[in-house]
Amino acid sequence: MKRLMVVLFSSIAALSTLAETPDVDRIVLETNRVVYYQGDDGRARATMTIQDSKGRTRIKEFTILRRDVGDGDGDQQFYVYFHAPSDERGATFMVWKHLDKDDDRWLYLPALDVQKRIAATDKRTSFAGSHFFYEDVSGRRLADDHHELVEETDTYYVLKNTPKDPGQVEFDSYTMWIHKTTFIPVEVKFENGGQVYRTAKVLGVKEIQGHMTVTKSQMTDLRTGGSTTMDYASVEYDVGLTEDVFTERYLRNPPIKHLEAKK
Amino acid sequence: MTSRHRGGIWIAFFGLVVFGSVWAQEPALPPGLGEEESEEEETEPQKKTLADRLPAGLNGFVEARIGPRLRSDPAHSKNVTLAEARLQMAYDRTWRHASLETKGDLIFDAVLEDVETDLRSFRLTFRPAGPVDLRLGRQVMTWGTGDLLFVNDLFPKDWRSFFIGRDEEYLKAPSDSLRIGWFPGKVGVDLVYTPEFESDRFIRGERISFWDPVAGGFRGDAMPLAFDRPDDDEVSIRVYGNAGSYEISGYGYTGFWKSPGGFDSITMQATFPRLDVWGASVRGPLGPGIGNVEAGYYDSRDDPQGVDPFTNNSEVRLLAGYELELAPELTGGFQVYVERMLDHDAYRVNLPAGKPRDENRYVLTTRITKLLKSQTLIPSVFVYYSPSDRDGYLRPKLAWKRSDRQIVEFGVNLFFGRDDFTFFGQFENNSNVYAAVRFQP
Repeated sequence: MKRLMVVLFSSIAALSTLAETPDVDRIVLETNRVVYYQGDDGRARATMTIQDSKGRTRIKEFTILRRDVGDGDGDQQFYVYFHAPSDERGATFMVWKHLDKDDDRWLYLPALDVQKRIAATDKRTSFAGSHFFYEDVSGRRLADDHHELVEETDTYYVLKNTPKDPGQVEFDSYTMWIHKTTFIPVEVKFENGGQVYRTAKVLGVKEIQGHMTVTKSQMTDLRTGGSTTMDYASVEYDVGLTEDVFTERYLRNPPIKHLEAKK
Repeated sequence: MTSRHRGGIWIAFFGLVVFGSVWAQEPALPPGLGEEESEEEETEPQKKTLADRLPAGLNGFVEARIGPRLRSDPAHSKNVTLAEARLQMAYDRTWRHASLETKGDLIFDAVLEDVETDLRSFRLTFRPAGPVDLRLGRQVMTWGTGDLLFVNDLFPKDWRSFFIGRDEEYLKAPSDSLRIGWFPGKVGVDLVYTPEFESDRFIRGERISFWDPVAGGFRGDAMPLAFDRPDDDEVSIRVYGNAGSYEISGYGYTGFWKSPGGFDSITMQATFPRLDVWGASVRGPLGPGIGNVEAGYYDSRDDPQGVDPFTNNSEVRLLAGYELELAPELTGGFQVYVERMLDHDAYRVNLPAGKPRDENRYVLTTRITKLLKSQTLIPSVFVYYSPSDRDGYLRPKLAWKRSDRQIVEFGVNLFFGRDDFTFFGQFENNSNVYAAVRFQP
């Protein structure tokens, strides 16, 4: 009898999970939220190790601040302060990410005290010389792709994403292995001409303030053999970043209290 | 073997293939998501860099830079415009409501045969809670929308460093000022007070020869230009804000022409007549790129009628620019600029001798930058061309970040022009090529 109950219960559980397989849109929304929109704002100190095909490495360190504008997963603001390398120290970079138009981007170089505006039409170019693109750091608009659930395993939802406007991007499609319980995209493979040429992998996850957070990830360019590893340390959510942090005032005069890691 | 057995084998085989392929395709769970949570931090032994061993806040570089002339200059005895070793030391410190930034250069200069120091920054920033920032001390300041053209930026520039091929950061010279930033709401106000006028580091002959209209000849290192610089104060102000994605600014300045704008025919010295500037700019997205327009009214207050041929006329300066991404990692920037003399007739009538300047001086600029090898190899070119003066200035450059510690640079400063007396044409004999190597922690 006991055994029967167990079987019955597990069947019901299995059935209910089956019934609860979320539709594609929900998976996509949830993944996007987990990767880019946890908390109302966030802060992290990142170390980016860029390795070329010959194994030579360069290291960039920066603090990234992020603030969500309004409710829901909409527009966002980013502030990046470079600590290293030496010649880039003190440079700041600011993005106002918009879902309905091109992002606004500014760069400030302290040696010249010059604040530049950067054209942001192509989001699929290298972020700070790494193998990550701007779009990998700040997120790709969900509406730019068709999403299809191609497989569901015990662990993953496997999603294939095809661009609505292939002329705008360098890939034909990208496939995401999304962890079913946390919605973290553990692996993403970009394909062009039937060949996987670029992969993103999550190498470390931690629960921080109740949010499952990617603390280490890697982007590899399979054509060149180069890769970039991003380590996020001292991640914090709901720091209380105000709107004015993301203005010219702080672009020129960095908000120091937000840039130093709490011990 | 019975068919039943065979079927079993096939099923097992297929099972293996299917299982195997899934097993091969499905990514492994990373630490933190897997079954076994490894509480232990994976700490990879990081290579200790020099920067890690330096005390916090300390930074700098050492650099060697050499720039031979492309042709000999009759006005100069040396065939290099640049030959120097430079040590830059910077130290920053922050407290809760304040920070200190210091940066100074020590230069062993083989051209001027001298050891020089150049204090670039010694600035205290106070951040009292609330809408005011105070920045006091020696500092480099820049505002305005132009790219290597300046309309409302009346902060000192170092044209010598720019023309001989020093790093672009040296185009801006520091000044001893108090900068007050006030941010009452959607609009920001910047007020800069400089108690003692800080002129440009202008061309006076010792490195770069120039056309002296009074003498009617070139002036070089044999007899650099003598000048009389005022020591009164100057004030700059900017009011700015965003309208959506557009940045709108208004500017004001009261002080003096930053490079000599006059000549005293009795003392035979270059002078810095009084100058007020009022202007505005707008910058924002336009089509696929970023557009900007900027205008400034230059009120030459010592010669309001424009009758003194030895004092600059009042002027209107207009600038329009556009920058866009031409292809991945390739950007292009284009500018149109005009300086219009406002009392050209009076200037012509009173000019005793020599060829008068055109009423309008037009300048077109183009900047092309390509990022190669993960943005570590950066060829670029900046061109100034004046169709009215028929002269120009070409600045190709190749920057190569060999590693986080070493940067190598090659470049050319090529001046050309039809006449000896036009702005870029007068520097024709100073064209140079330079190479530099820099090491940093």
